[in-house]
Amino acid sequence: MNITTVVKQACSKFGNDRGRLIDILWEVQNNLGCIDEQAMNAIAAEVKVHRVEIEGVVSFYSFFSEKRKGKIIIRLCDDVIDINAGIEQVATVFSEELGIGIGQTSADGNFSLEYTACIGMSDQAPAALVNNVVITNITPASAKEITRTLKDTLDPSKLVTKVGDGNNAHTLVSAMVRNNIRKQGEVLLADGIPADAGLGNALKKTSPEVIQEIADSGLRGRGGAGFPTGEKFKLAQRTEADQRYVICNADEGEPGTFKDRVLLTERPSLIFEGMTIAAYAIGSTSGIMYLRAEYAYLRPFLESVLENRRQAGLLGKDICGKKGFCFDIRIQMGAGAYICGEESALISSCEGLRGEPKNRPPFPVERGYLSKPTIVNNVETFCCVARILDRGSNWFAGIGTKASRGTKLLSVCGDCARPGVYEVPYGLEVAELLDMVGAEDPAIVQVGGASGEMVGRSSFGRKICFSDVATGGAVMIFNSHRNVLAIVDHFLKFFADESCGYCTPCRVGIVFLRERMQKVMHGFAESADLDYLRDLSKTIMMTSRCGLGSSAPKAILNSMDQFPLVYSSHLREAKDGVQAGFNIQKALDESRRIAKRTSMIYDPVYGEKNE
Amino acid sequence: MSKTVVFKIDGVEIRGTSGQTIMEAADKAGIYIPRLCDVEGLDPQGSCRVCTVKVNGRTAASCTQPIADGIEVENETMEIRNFRRDLVRMLFHEGNHLCPCCEASGRCELQALAYRLGILQPDKYPYLQPVRPVDASHPDIMLDTNRCIRCGRCIRASRQLDHKNVFGYIGRGINKQVGVDGKDLAHTDVHIDDKAVALGTCPVGCIIQKRRGFFDAIGQRKFDLHPIGTKEKDS
Amino acid sequence: MKRVATVSLAGCFGCHMSLLDIDERILELVKLVEFDRSPVNDLKKFKMRCDIGLVEGGCCNEENVHTLREFRKNCDVLVGVGQCAVMGGLPVMRNAIMHSSDPLRECLETAYFNSPYVYNPTNDIPNDPALPLILDKVYTCPEVVKMDYLIPGCPPSGDVLWQTLTALLNGKPSDLPGEIIRFD
Ligand SMILES: Cc1cc2nc3c(=O)[nH]c(=O)nc-3n(C[C@H](O)[C@H](O)[C@H](O)COP(=O)(O)O)c2cc1C
Ligand code: SF4
Ligand code: SF4
Ligand code: SF4
Ligand code: FES
Repeated sequence: MNITTVVKQACSKFGNDRGRLIDILWEVQNNLGCIDEQAMNAIAAEVKVHRVEIEGVVSFYSFFSEKRKGKIIIRLCDDVIDINAGIEQVATVFSEELGIGIGQTSADGNFSLEYTACIGMSDQAPAALVNNVVITNITPASAKEITRTLKDTLDPSKLVTKVGDGNNAHTLVSAMVRNNIRKQGEVLLADGIPADAGLGNALKKTSPEVIQEIADSGLRGRGGAGFPTGEKFKLAQRTEADQRYVICNADEGEPGTFKDRVLLTERPSLIFEGMTIAAYAIGSTSGIMYLRAEYAYLRPFLESVLENRRQAGLLGKDICGKKGFCFDIRIQMGAGAYICGEESALISSCEGLRGEPKNRPPFPVERGYLSKPTIVNNVETFCCVARILDRGSNWFAGIGTKASRGTKLLSVCGDCARPGVYEVPYGLEVAELLDMVGAEDPAIVQVGGASGEMVGRSSFGRKICFSDVATGGAVMIFNSHRNVLAIVDHFLKFFADESCGYCTPCRVGIVFLRERMQKVMHGFAESADLDYLRDLSKTIMMTSRCGLGSSAPKAILNSMDQFPLVYSSHLREAKDGVQAGFNIQKALDESRRIAKRTSMIYDPVYGEKNE
Repeated sequence: MSKTVVFKIDGVEIRGTSGQTIMEAADKAGIYIPRLCDVEGLDPQGSCRVCTVKVNGRTAASCTQPIADGIEVENETMEIRNFRRDLVRMLFHEGNHLCPCCEASGRCELQALAYRLGILQPDKYPYLQPVRPVDASHPDIMLDTNRCIRCGRCIRASRQLDHKNVFGYIGRGINKQVGVDGKDLAHTDVHIDDKAVALGTCPVGCIIQKRRGFFDAIGQRKFDLHPIGTKEKDS
Repeated sequence: MKRVATVSLAGCFGCHMSLLDIDERILELVKLVEFDRSPVNDLKKFKMRCDIGLVEGGCCNEENVHTLREFRKNCDVLVGVGQCAVMGGLPVMRNAIMHSSDPLRECLETAYFNSPYVYNPTNDIPNDPALPLILDKVYTCPEVVKMDYLIPGCPPSGDVLWQTLTALLNGKPSDLPGEIIRFD
């Protein structure tokens, strides 16, 4: 097929709608293997926007590519847990077997190899995506086998020899992913949750009553920020508009978080039920689930669940026979950008734009998707909404602590015997959790992912709840052999890679933080450098435009407070006013090679002086 | 339906009208708040963060933050000044700013703000020394992105004033940059009379009009005569 | 009497020229200071420890590094003078234009063969053993040693240098001039 035909078909499939640009780009890339200059020009002509806007979007998302990549793209997860689990050794094997380096494409055009940010499989690390197929628990030996299979068949689906538990075995999923549900609480992971009981109850109430029920339950958002959900619904409902939108945030990009994946696999109906209740509450006829590209393997399954709900009258016109209540949901795929988990960036992405956060105010509940009032909530939050309407706000409020009601899904990974998903009531002590998961010699617990809080041994008595250690769900455990500086450096790399680049402090400041952190790691820093790090962190946190920038320096500050000795042991006060970071030998290497001689000053053969 | 809003900047009572941003109200009242990405006549973007102020103790960008009754805005405190210095420095260190050979020197807002904020020791941060292309393809206009601060003024001016789309952002993170709507500038519909490439749209020396270089003598340049923020309208 | 040393590394001597721009105040200056190692008196080695060292230019070769370290060792207060010392100046442009896989070679070849105004019939890159080796890139002074003060400008005006010097000589370093600082 030639480019123009592909583009024409892709564009018309989505009504030549600029707002569906992400879908169009996926369609084009899936057919052409890339979105090159010619394709961009063609898309621009078809959807009637300027080429530079298309280029702006394509170049924003890491899963889109202007250059042709291999038919099979192997994306190795390089979050810190996967690194500790040995992804680098695995990468070497892939690299050798395929004869290409990281970031390269093989000469036959069959394979590309690259690293990607956390793919949400940290409990079965090291993991990778081969096109849309997830492979987990890779070892150097299995990596060899994988490349052999791929070379023989050029079919990633052949890699799945054993499917995982639960719906991972469903024919529409058939993934080797495991749920690793370790603890079922009574709200979300309990067995025998009655289907659509919450929706049934909701439709017996008026919209304000539904919102009141949610408000009474004390439910706060599960995505990290913890905004009271009832309040959010109320704000959206109160804003005058002819349309409102319900968006489910299934972007789950925070490193070490994978609990939404388990809900998407095992509780998809409950999520859609919660969205439907929310639609009823705020007066919306249209919803979107924003699904991260890494979870594309779940999409056919989720689509089928949606279709079943339509067939059953749970979506579409006059839902459950309720005259005039219409609502449907579409799935919007992401394209590889952590920032798109931020609600206003997510909305930009749904609108076919670069995934940059929007200026606030106005907030999404006033002006969100397509400028209409919009609620964006986490997957888990919607599940809670459905359960609250089923069992009542009192039941929900009776679980957890006074300021943090209900249960929380924690995705636990790292140095422990039983990584996986735990549903626990709020208020659990970090130490209790560590016991529960069989942590081995834990020294550092990173709660809430890269943007979360670093808890050292002396603080294991702290509680997991909104008022103490808050979390979107990630709990990464590191034993005492892990290098705290390397962990922090890794988080900084993640943020530098994922910053949208919109505002100065985050775009530039994080790069500077990382530069100095590396200086510390390599033993070239002095105590003044630690002051510098604190000072720079403050500026970044205080002046950044969104939560990414304002939380990126947290790991540095936390670790300096919790592990001051690790930092001070790396410091070295330079003598003679010489900058330790400057290495004259390294600076001369190139020159020696080209001039084919040694240095008069710095090489022992000629010079009287040695440095 | 605009109504009067009363609030304070550094303790001074200001009257604005509802719907205004802090920046607009301050401008009207003759109080200068440093800025780079914001410029009169274009929608605010809120990206440089140099206009950061504190509103009731919380930081916000004054070019996008609406005024409200009774708010207390801090503008000229030591803390805010330090933030702004850091931000201006970041912009300097992020690109390649060789003022001695820059055509915009003396009328450059980045440079002028550095002076205003008293940045005398420009070595706090490392110089990133990026490798960025110069686009000299167009007969009348040159684009030297080494000096680009990603303020988006050219992008917005092209869209909002010229009703074209010559410029646009591409890339993300530290690689975010200004791209043009074509292979290079010569392959766009840019015209020398566009507002997007007019003097003063680009706050720095990134968009250069050819054959018009160094037109004011040293000492006679815009900010030689009036340091930034000392006249009511300096951008 | 304070001892002052000065040097031009990878610079153009413009900053030294600017020092002469203080006009008749130079008479006052020689009453206040004694020059140690400096191009002003052509002294190539330090005679004794100095109070103030003025450094023009950044580091583009090994000799620059060596000299700068000597200055750091021998001066109580080390002042970087001019854009080149502060941020590399014009020489630093070579850092940004070196984007090939063999950057230093490309740089030398551009300088000695490929640029349009070069006449080099023997196609040699100068490589006498007496020539200091060039560094992989241009470094600013503060990248190599700790600097106490940096005076931007290309060059800093005679007035700036005069005020800087007099402030330092009077032991009032925080009084370094602000309003007349320029980056160009
Ligand atoms: C950089 C960044 C990334 C985020 N990523 C996610 C995410 O992956 N999933 C999520 O639910 N919320 C994420 N959030 C929080 C959302 O902005 C938003 O608060 C949340 O979706 C609201 O839902 P909730 O109230 O149900 O928690 C992120 C926020 C920021 C600043
Ligand atoms: S803080 Fe970072 S991610 Fe957020 S808007 Fe600024 S650059 Fe983008
Ligand atoms: S753009 Fe401004 S700051 Fe940058 S080099 Fe030119 S004059 Fe200097
Ligand atoms: S080219 Fe100039 S106006 Fe455009 S974004 Fe860059 S600095 Fe701003
Ligand atoms: S002027 Fe407000 S952020 Fe740039």
